Amino acid sequence: MAWLRTWQLGVKSLLLHPMRSILTVLGIFIGVASVIALLAIGEGISRKAQEQIESLGAQNIMIRSIKPPDDGSGNFGEITPYGLTRAEKDLMERTIPTIDSTVPIRELPMRFTYTGNSNLKPMDGRLVGCSPAYREVVGLTIDRGHFFTDVENDSATSVCVLAGQLARRLFPSEDPIQKLIFLPEENAYYRVIGVLKHKEATAAIGGSLSAQDFSMDVYIPIKTMQAQFGDMIQKRAGGSFTAQIFELSQVTVRVRNVADVPKTAKLIDNTLRLNNPQREDIALVVPYELLEQAKATKLMFMVFMGMIAAISLVVGGIGIMNIMLATVTERTREIGIRRALGAKRRDIIHQFLVETIVLSVVGGLTGILVGVFCPLAIQGLRSALEYLSPSLYQALPEAAKDMTPEIVPSSIPLAFGISVLVGVVFGTYPAIRAAKMDPIEALRHE
Amino acid sequence: MAVDPLAAVDRVPVVRLKRANTRNCEVLTMSSLATESVDVSTANAVDIRELQKHYVLKSETVRALRGVSFTVPQGDYVAIMGPSGSGKSTLLNLLGCLDRPTSGSFMLGDDNVALMTDDELSVIRATRIGFVFQSYNLIQQLTVVENIGVPLYYQGRNDRESVKRCIELAKLVGLAERLDHRPNQLSGGQQQRVAIARSLVNDPYFILADEATGNLDSVTTEEILRMFQRLNDEGRTIIMVTHEDDVAEHAKRVIRLKDGLIQSDVRNTNRIIYDLSKPVVRPVDD
Ligand SMILES: Nc1ncnc2c1ncn2[C@@H]1O[C@H](COP(=O)(O)OP(=O)(O)OP(=O)(O)O)[C@@H](O)[C@H]1O
Ligand SMILES: [Mg+2]
Repeated sequence: MAWLRTWQLGVKSLLLHPMRSILTVLGIFIGVASVIALLAIGEGISRKAQEQIESLGAQNIMIRSIKPPDDGSGNFGEITPYGLTRAEKDLMERTIPTIDSTVPIRELPMRFTYTGNSNLKPMDGRLVGCSPAYREVVGLTIDRGHFFTDVENDSATSVCVLAGQLARRLFPSEDPIQKLIFLPEENAYYRVIGVLKHKEATAAIGGSLSAQDFSMDVYIPIKTMQAQFGDMIQKRAGGSFTAQIFELSQVTVRVRNVADVPKTAKLIDNTLRLNNPQREDIALVVPYELLEQAKATKLMFMVFMGMIAAISLVVGGIGIMNIMLATVTERTREIGIRRALGAKRRDIIHQFLVETIVLSVVGGLTGILVGVFCPLAIQGLRSALEYLSPSLYQALPEAAKDMTPEIVPSSIPLAFGISVLVGVVFGTYPAIRAAKMDPIEALRHE
Repeated sequence: MAVDPLAAVDRVPVVRLKRANTRNCEVLTMSSLATESVDVSTANAVDIRELQKHYVLKSETVRALRGVSFTVPQGDYVAIMGPSGSGKSTLLNLLGCLDRPTSGSFMLGDDNVALMTDDELSVIRATRIGFVFQSYNLIQQLTVVENIGVPLYYQGRNDRESVKRCIELAKLVGLAERLDHRPNQLSGGQQQRVAIARSLVNDPYFILADEATGNLDSVTTEEILRMFQRLNDEGRTIIMVTHEDDVAEHAKRVIRLKDGLIQSDVRNTNRIIYDLSKPVVRPVDD
């Protein structure tokens, strides 16, 4: 039980100067709390990013068509086609053996309404032409009815599948299946054959894939779209007239084996840029590589945090050492008394080391407590901001808005261990200084 | 002797003392604390021969003690006197095992202290020596009882028995009401009484007092000297350093040092002995 007494004594001595002890502990406290909190935030952000990337499918490669910037050099009425072509899609499919399947996608902004509801205003949405495989590749789930089949695609039938939210808004009180929706701009009708479950919007990933909202999508067979719309899109707004020609908005390539993804991406890139290496109307998005990048970024972040932690703990440790050196000098007399009354050098070392460890452990424990509490605080802060200043809240970056800080479990024992270590490392020197004192000198000290 | 030695203490302690006659000296043990007793087989509490202590400085060597020899039998009461710089404190530090002599021998029981390691000296201090300092030297953050127990703590004795012993000793020196007080809540005389209780806690071979009354007024000095006399009557060996003849008059023997040598070593023929049956008279303040 002697050790218990030593610890009691240590605590007692520290309580003799509570303010000083608190200030001494502050360095370690802030270090530990911020490390745990920042690691939790980092984990939250990277978890979110990884989930988003994973939702695109690690096996997939997306090739997007990009509308070239309008430089105004083209003559009026002259329209240059851009983006991926069906021929290129077929070429990739034929020549790259690691490709399992490809899904062509063509997206057009569109307005929709329901014929059976005359006072419904047309709604802005997105008409997506795709092959039946799209559903599985993107991970859409059917709520009611079915997704269109290869037969419906090949025969260019006028059928469509609605995103859940759009379905609810077009058909607030009716079953949409077998109803006709109407596209006033194109004067076209489609029969609803299926409704999808809600799918979370994806955030923008990298520079090339912008955020996608699936909630107002209408899916039709891509061959139907091709037959009915052709490749030219014309828009008349007010007095101006714009037109663009593109065959596909995106091709999603599914690779047979995840390990082949980087190689396949390289091949695709080479194939598509064979004739024009400077081509800027396409962009490759490789979720697998993004995932790897995200992991590397996370690792970097962790290393960075580790360095900050190390620095703050060293600073905290030096603070403790400084105070302990002052304490040792201040308590020279006490050391002399204890030595005279039979304390060995190692008893004195033990006594002061215990005090330093108590200090650093108290700092560590409170730091852990506050660090663990921080996710809650962040949540609270966010809702407070949302309530007090919605505009400022909107201005927050996406990652800050919906990230949930996630305590890294290993960071807690780690922080504790490190704070004990700091106590030992920075307490040893003052303790040895105390023990080395000559008892006679120490007794004479005023 | 019919006089109860405890009668002199202002607040009468509850402990009863039992007198035990042994071959060489009389040893008093408190009945409740009879866990150990002074090693009675040793005739001398202290036996030093040709003790020298030199301090080597940069430019010179200070020969603080230049060959001091004497023995102190168990139960003796010695005052060490001498002018400033004569080597009193140096001698006391050696006797207290706080330092090792440059040459000569210092036998404590059967052990030659001159040959001991630092850790062994610590053990000796914790188990065989009782210190009483001029400036009390209590530890501020500890209570009276805890202060008394420090030497036991460094012997690794830390059980309920030792706490009980400390409380008994606090009562013995008249501080029964102040067990949980801290040094800064006590007067100088009370602090010195705590120090005396602390010096007794390990049942030492001898008590070393360095100017123990130097900071106290005459009445309190008398209280402390009475306590020393009582302890000596009970068989305790006391060695004290003092500047004051008034204080030295109470010892059985006076050793005078000069320039690191013994100038004289005489039995005190006209020793002043307190009548411990009568209490200290405190002058009335005007
Ligand atoms: N640590 C030391 N280093 C060097 N010289 C010392 C040391 N301690 C004592 N001395 C010297 O040794 C001599 C004896 O000193 P000591 O302290 O024993 O004298 P003292 O009799 O106790 O004097 P006082 O009555 O003033 O306390 C003195 O000359 C002193 O200067
Ligand atoms: Mg002196």
